[in-house]
Amino acid sequence: MKIILNNKEEAFEGDQLTINELLQAKNFTFKMLVIKVNNQIVKKTEYDLALVKNGDDVMVLHLISGG
Amino acid sequence: MTFEHIKQILKTKTVGIAGCGGLGSNCAVALARVGVGRLVIADFDLVQEGNLNRQFYFYDQIGMLKVAALKQNLFRINPDVRVNTFDIRLCQSDIIEIYSKCDVIVEAFDKPEMKYMILDAVHHYLPDKFLVMGVGMAGWGDNNLIKSRKSDKLIICGDELNAIAADCPPLAPRVGVVANMQANAVLEILLGTNEYQIHTEN
Repeated sequence: MKIILNNKEEAFEGDQLTINELLQAKNFTFKMLVIKVNNQIVKKTEYDLALVKNGDDVMVLHLISGG
Repeated sequence: MTFEHIKQILKTKTVGIAGCGGLGSNCAVALARVGVGRLVIADFDLVQEGNLNRQFYFYDQIGMLKVAALKQNLFRINPDVRVNTFDIRLCQSDIIEIYSKCDVIVEAFDKPEMKYMILDAVHHYLPDKFLVMGVGMAGWGDNNLIKSRKSDKLIICGDELNAIAADCPPLAPRVGVVANMQANAVLEILLGTNEYQIHTEN
């Protein structure tokens, strides 16, 4: 499947991934993450259930200190 | 657009700024200079000597409430700007109440938990508002790592990489770049894209 990940097209094997599988595949191991799929924020408790499918627009934002 | 025309538009606008540290104080100054009509600023903290390496305060303001000191500084730059100050540690319900009448909200917190809180609050309870966040500005150098990106009404400015650490402190140049980038994103939202901007064909 192909998705838009942080404004770039990326291809993954299979038809769908859970958020946790996507994070693992990309090696994203950050603590304070914000994930939006098709502009909806996915709650942390749903990372094992929520699915990313072909054509989805996914934003992964790592919130870090400083301001 | 001439500056007179720009000022005519901006004086009718209200921008909310959440946090008055390095990002918030410098962003507020830029927006006051160009003539944004009303700024709604919030912070619970006092000006400390350690803030002066990046935040828009002066040595003789140490010990003052940041919101009071910033209001003073904004008036010295532009006496026409209206400033609403909130001397509080913002929670979700405050954010929804204080910023619901703003045209744009600027996130200028230092802690990631607070950044998450405002993003979540605006996304769920103020979904029509633009939120301009600052993420990643500690350290020095690496000009070309600093960028901005957009996801619907959320704009993220910063390198999204350099967190604050003992050997990577926040310093005026990079913090100022990101604060002014946030102010620049606010202008783009309020004024539209620069009509003279050059678009390069790929």
